[in-house]
Amino acid sequence: MDKIILIFQREYLTRVRKKSFIIMSLIGPLLTVALFAVPVLIATLSDSDKVVAVADAGGMFADKLPDDKGDIHFTRVAADLPTAKTEFQKSKYDALLYVPKLDLANPTGIQVFSRKGLGMSLERDIKRAVDNAVETKRLSQAGIERSVLDNMKANVDLQTVSLSEDGERSSSTGVSTGVAYMCGFLIYMFIFIYGIQIMRGVMEEKTNRIVEVVISSVKPFQLMMGKVLGIAAVGFTQLALWVLLSVGISSAMAGSFSPDKMVQSRVERVNAATGTSTAQAKEKKEEGNKIVQALQQADLNVPLIVGCFLFYFLGGYLFYGALFGAIGSAVDSETDTQQFMLPVTMPLVLTFVVSQAVLTTNPNGTVAFWMSMIPFTSPIAMMMRLPFGGVPMWQLGLSMLFLVLGFVAAIWVAARIYRVGILMYGKKVTYGELSKWMFYKG
Amino acid sequence: MAAQPILQAIDVHKAYAAHVALNGVSLDIPEGSIFGLLGPNGAGKTSLIRIITQITGADSGEIRVRGEKLQPKHISEIGYLPEERGLYKKMKVGEQLLYLARLKGLSRTDATQRIKNWLERLDIRAWAEKNVEDLSKGMQQKVQFVATVLHEPSIIILDEPFSGFDPINANLIKDEILKLRDNGATIIFSTHRMESVEELCDSIALINRSRKVLDGSVRDIKDTFKTQTYVVEGKGRPMILHPDFEVLEHRERENGHFYDIIKLHAGTTSNDLLRYLIGNVEVHAFRELIPSINDIFIRRVRETMPESLVEEVTI
Repeated sequence: MDKIILIFQREYLTRVRKKSFIIMSLIGPLLTVALFAVPVLIATLSDSDKVVAVADAGGMFADKLPDDKGDIHFTRVAADLPTAKTEFQKSKYDALLYVPKLDLANPTGIQVFSRKGLGMSLERDIKRAVDNAVETKRLSQAGIERSVLDNMKANVDLQTVSLSEDGERSSSTGVSTGVAYMCGFLIYMFIFIYGIQIMRGVMEEKTNRIVEVVISSVKPFQLMMGKVLGIAAVGFTQLALWVLLSVGISSAMAGSFSPDKMVQSRVERVNAATGTSTAQAKEKKEEGNKIVQALQQADLNVPLIVGCFLFYFLGGYLFYGALFGAIGSAVDSETDTQQFMLPVTMPLVLTFVVSQAVLTTNPNGTVAFWMSMIPFTSPIAMMMRLPFGGVPMWQLGLSMLFLVLGFVAAIWVAARIYRVGILMYGKKVTYGELSKWMFYKG
Repeated sequence: MAAQPILQAIDVHKAYAAHVALNGVSLDIPEGSIFGLLGPNGAGKTSLIRIITQITGADSGEIRVRGEKLQPKHISEIGYLPEERGLYKKMKVGEQLLYLARLKGLSRTDATQRIKNWLERLDIRAWAEKNVEDLSKGMQQKVQFVATVLHEPSIIILDEPFSGFDPINANLIKDEILKLRDNGATIIFSTHRMESVEELCDSIALINRSRKVLDGSVRDIKDTFKTQTYVVEGKGRPMILHPDFEVLEHRERENGHFYDIIKLHAGTTSNDLLRYLIGNVEVHAFRELIPSINDIFIRRVRETMPESLVEEVTI
């Protein structure tokens, strides 16, 4: 046991001290944060508010200018086109909408002027505003109030509730899917990155020819376990660093980019430009809070998910790590690994690929059930089912039991292949050969 | 050899899927000696060593250390320098030695002290903080040797010890090995280059095709395999025919000098030959032609094996 600890220490320390580890630990969270922050930043930078000047010669908007829509605000200028044009030139307005006197049955002659050409979305929004105004006029000619029509439109909110033995919990499919993907992806990524590190580590020892010295001091099994556990600890360290740094960076970022502040500053700018009230700003603020509310409403069983995540993260890694170690011991060079990699990585990739089709759309179906039982697929499959709720405790327990048994079996098989493989040089190994190794005597 | 051997192999068998590596090999290795485990490549030497170092197990038979069955606790008593040697390239020399020593069960403080001593002894103190990959091959060999003996094993097994070493390091290591032997350690050399260790070994075992073909002290073996052949150099005309001697080879040199190889017939002693020579020629040199271990090995293999196989085992 002390020897496993010694090996564990070496594997852990040499990796954690590597420059690549430190760089990855720092860049990882930056990338994660960037993944979320960049779209937001781009949105705030490019979608700055647009102000459209309206020259309403036909009196189309005599009662009321179109409502602000998203980032677009309307403001009234002189109705006379030449005057409006000169005013527009001097102003900072983004576009000038000229509405002549219209024949409601056949509205033509509406013009939009801009300095640099309109964006697709701005053009669409202006068109929609005019369409709306024309519709309203036509409705009132037909004797229908706009508000009456609006009231007739249906907009039903579905509240999804998952009914389980623990009682009802309201759920949010969107949030569940997000959490499921995140858990699944993290496990998938870590198994790959660190599983391959185990394989490389074993191959390094083998090609360096140090392995014979080491296993004259320790049992091959101890060497393998020390390595698998040591690299697992490296993975955990990296994960912990990522979580801590991500949280740190995003809370620092949130200080300057919180939805509240963003909305606030935008409203101020708009107010300065148009002088409209802040009534709509409040709506936006609520919109911004919707995601937060959804998260709160989703009522995920967070302790269960976090606990299971750690279990499947470790379990899946150990299961695959043992197999990757066996592959590393059986071959002489990286190029020879391919034929053995395929059957090991196949189930892993498969789970991730079918996750959308099967797991998140039907998280409690037959396929999902079996995939979450088989140790090859269960670490990802179960983590993708859990956030949706409704996984019975017996299934979770059985899946965990199978994973533990699978790990023990994988270690047993791997230790036997490893023991023979690390001392075997210059021989192309076949599957038949591997199966023979398992029954060699110590 | 009345004393308890430090290491014994008793009827050891080991078979792999395709071939038999060891077929009933028994050995006694006396304590404090230098023992040569000799034989061609593929004879089974490395298999035997891997059983002794507990890397693999024997199919049947037993290894005993001081009369006791080989156990995991004996790992710390054995130092092993494999034929294929290497180090962790990205690790510092000092750290690496510390790691390997601690795997052998040494405490951190003991190991640190001994590493310091050894690095000083081999004059490589300055390397402790260097990465292994920055060292030359010869330097790495020294480090490997230190790693082998750091835990002060009583049995040191060196597989093809001089194959990778340059002549200077080989001599240095030879001296260190002799010092270790003088301090009571038992050294086992395993090699197919018999001439390289012949002069160092006290006793040897010859292994061929998974069987031991010969063992014993070098002196005894050479006595047994003496051919009663002598080299004579001198001036004059040596006999051509004599009932007690036979001239195997006769070479004339300038000014009436000669070089002869003469075999004594049974019952004749070297003194008989010498007496005869003194009466007839002027003797400049007279020495026994002692067979090399290599010669003995080939002879022994010829005796025990069909002629057709001899070609393969000569080295």
